[in-house]
Amino acid sequence: MFTGFMVNAWQVGTIVAVVAGVVGFFVVLRGAAFPAHAIPNGAFAGAAGANLIGLNPLLGLGVFSALAALGIGGLGKRGRPDVATALALVLMLALGAAFLSQSTQYEPEIYSLLFGEILGVSSTQILPTLLLGLASVLAIAVLYRRLLLTSLLPDVAASKGVDPYRVDVMFLLVVGLATTMTVPVVGALLIFSLMIGPPAAARTLTSRPGAALWLSVSFSLLTIWIAIAASYQTNWPVGFYVGVISAAWYLAARTYVRTQSFLVLRRRVI
Amino acid sequence: MHFFLEPGFFSNAPVRTALLLGAVVAAVSAVVGVITVVRSQSFAGHALTDVATAGGSGAYYLGVGALWGFLGGSLAGAGAMELIGVQRVRRRDLATGIVLGAATGLSALFLYLDTTVKATTGATQQILFGSIFSVSSSTIPYVAIFGGLVVLMMAIMRRPLLLTSLSSEIASSQGVRVRMVGVLFMFCLAVSVGLSSIAIGSILSTALLIGPAATALRVARSIAAATFLAIGLGIISTWLGILLAYDSFYWDPSSQGLPVSFFIVAICFVFYVFSGIALSRRRAQETRRPVATDSALSAEGR
Amino acid sequence: MSIDGKGTPPVLEVDGVSVSFGSRNILHNVSFELRAGEFTGLIGSNGVGKTTLLRVILGLQPISTGSVRVLGAPLSKRSRALGYVPQKVLLDPDVPMRARDLVALGLDAHKFGFSRRSATEREKVEEILVAVDAESFADARIGSLSGGEQQRVLIAHALISSPKLLLLDEPLANLDPGSVQEVVALLHRVAKDHGVSILLSAHEMNALLPVMDRIVYVSNGRVASGTTDEVVRSDVLSELYGHHVDVIQLHGRIFVVAEPGTSAEDVPEHPRYQVD
Ligand SMILES: Nc1ncnc2c1ncn2[C@@H]1O[C@H](COP(=O)(O)OP(=O)(O)O)[C@@H](O)[C@H]1O
Ligand SMILES: [Mg+2]
Repeated sequence: MFTGFMVNAWQVGTIVAVVAGVVGFFVVLRGAAFPAHAIPNGAFAGAAGANLIGLNPLLGLGVFSALAALGIGGLGKRGRPDVATALALVLMLALGAAFLSQSTQYEPEIYSLLFGEILGVSSTQILPTLLLGLASVLAIAVLYRRLLLTSLLPDVAASKGVDPYRVDVMFLLVVGLATTMTVPVVGALLIFSLMIGPPAAARTLTSRPGAALWLSVSFSLLTIWIAIAASYQTNWPVGFYVGVISAAWYLAARTYVRTQSFLVLRRRVI
Repeated sequence: MHFFLEPGFFSNAPVRTALLLGAVVAAVSAVVGVITVVRSQSFAGHALTDVATAGGSGAYYLGVGALWGFLGGSLAGAGAMELIGVQRVRRRDLATGIVLGAATGLSALFLYLDTTVKATTGATQQILFGSIFSVSSSTIPYVAIFGGLVVLMMAIMRRPLLLTSLSSEIASSQGVRVRMVGVLFMFCLAVSVGLSSIAIGSILSTALLIGPAATALRVARSIAAATFLAIGLGIISTWLGILLAYDSFYWDPSSQGLPVSFFIVAICFVFYVFSGIALSRRRAQETRRPVATDSALSAEGR
Repeated sequence: MSIDGKGTPPVLEVDGVSVSFGSRNILHNVSFELRAGEFTGLIGSNGVGKTTLLRVILGLQPISTGSVRVLGAPLSKRSRALGYVPQKVLLDPDVPMRARDLVALGLDAHKFGFSRRSATEREKVEEILVAVDAESFADARIGSLSGGEQQRVLIAHALISSPKLLLLDEPLANLDPGSVQEVVALLHRVAKDHGVSILLSAHEMNALLPVMDRIVYVSNGRVASGTTDEVVRSDVLSELYGHHVDVIQLHGRIFVVAEPGTSAEDVPEHPRYQVD
């Protein structure tokens, strides 16, 4: 389990989990779950397109992630943000469907682009993943204060000359960057689960941003590690475990908080 | 004419099925979509397509009828969102996201089992992207019945729904059962999305739910007008898309044609963009409107 | 049940109401009454619990102790005796609804079904729009109206079902001084013409002094109620705040001033920035 190709899986999985935990923390804080779902889906269309004209899929992923981020930001400026996201998403997916219809792509490739192929990661993928991951985390570090300010106190941010719209677009681009690196590994659909469940659980458990960020990364790491091990043992797709465990964190956290406050109440009554 | 209406368009049985089914689904989606957009629940509307897909792929594996898989998946997803807290605006995004994330994991599993255990090919693409041309005409009665039910429910609760969507505080102070109205609406949304996901695929489901409704809301003068306009736009987009997709087989004889979803989405999107232009025109006119008093305090929507 | 001079029950009786969020007690044993046809100001600085109290009266906020009676009867969620204009209503400019559509929903939004609106109902909508001076923008999209215009439409919406008591949460908070005068005069007129009692929350009482029959002053989770002269006095408010405050009258305006050193934040004239 810790030899040969599995070493690649553990390494890449760890990088992906850290990035998803960090970026996802702000996704949840900003209520940006829908864009975080839409951008990877759009990126999937890019991979299909790159495949059609014989380019490196990573290039297609990158270009379409950025397009999706800018499209959501651009359309959202003049209309309802959720409508903008929905329309940008279906437009990208429709393009993806058109690309697929023209190519003779083999079904397992589509499946792995959507749901990931972490157990088939090759050692040549580690370096690009690491570099893109570092870039995403660095971008978040640079934006950290502005992200917190515009998420928590939009009025104060505006009065300090921070343009919330620009921060928003920059953040979506970071989500796109993270997507580009993670899609080939965990797939377009599952990176979303990883960016929502662990951070949401972390935020339920603590209201201090710093602690929540660390918790988020820890849950995300545990999710990926358990998923890889379980997938290795059972042969079931890694995406299944990532999706289900991510959601389970959140439910567990909510249940924990509920029981705690229930106990506190009981103690006070008695 | 010959280039536009390729021979055999109307005599082709799958095309006729597609035209009929597409119209019904577009109309139901438009009715539900208008309120979905007003309530800012587009994310839930889209997420339910993916949840329905998980149900569909599960049904495929278990050998249950796909329709029931899609509908069951969608309803179960809506129920889970409701439990987690979709009715609270602040928690809505998360509730939807958590359910969507879990459902995606289940899809991954079912599709894997479908392709490996059952050794069927094309399941991934078929279930994820669907195709309006491959739906059997036996689905039509179900779609009509469930669609009719949804439209009826929406009509009956239109007033409580509208006020709740504008302000749940005002609505509940007026004695509207806000929670019940919210649950009933999620039910309508789930049924409508489940139906459209199986009939026309998940991409088109979201496109027809949101696109025509958002366009109509921008240009219409009342909710009723917006609803009828959205129905019209949805049906036009669908029919035009089917026509173009059919024609595209003939554009380049060597190719396999382009998918319907591509055309329908593109048309919906063009309508939306044009409505944006119409909107900015009207906004410009409204700023010139003489305002009675206190014009200094214009209400900033966002 | 307490009976006033004319033998009719008070419009509203709030009796020993306490509310807490988690471990924080927001309202503690709050009691007061409102009489028919009176204009009452609910005064207190930001965050003291005015909105919470209004939500209690509407039955939207669970209480840990006490009771609320409207027209002598216990609270019922389906009661139509109350009208409510919340503090923050985000009316979206993208929603195609005219001002008159929103007002009409005040008549029938609680009903399921297909019924059409009758001619009398449509007339009633016109009348109420005229009463709040909203006829000039009755056909405009609500989302495109100014803050003051939206407020008049919401008041019309609340009034159309002929409530006995109209609750308004900080209706003056975001208006310029001219509009404040207009809205106060409008409410005063409407209250007299329609025989409706008004309970209006504000963090600043001066604009209300000319029209206010009674005041309910909130601080530290408790209230003091009565006429302005009875309540806005140094001894009463010092007791309420728990430390000494002075009440200063200047050019027909009233200022509540805390001693230096005590927390000035409790005093309404120094609104605290509140994140919501
Ligand atoms: N749902 C809630 N949960 C927890 N605290 C709340 C809730 N609603 C209000 N509060 C708190 O109760 C206090 C009173 O709030 P509010 O009634 O809105 O004050 P006001 O309207 O006087 O400004 C505030 O400190 C606020 O933070
Ligand atoms: Mg308040």
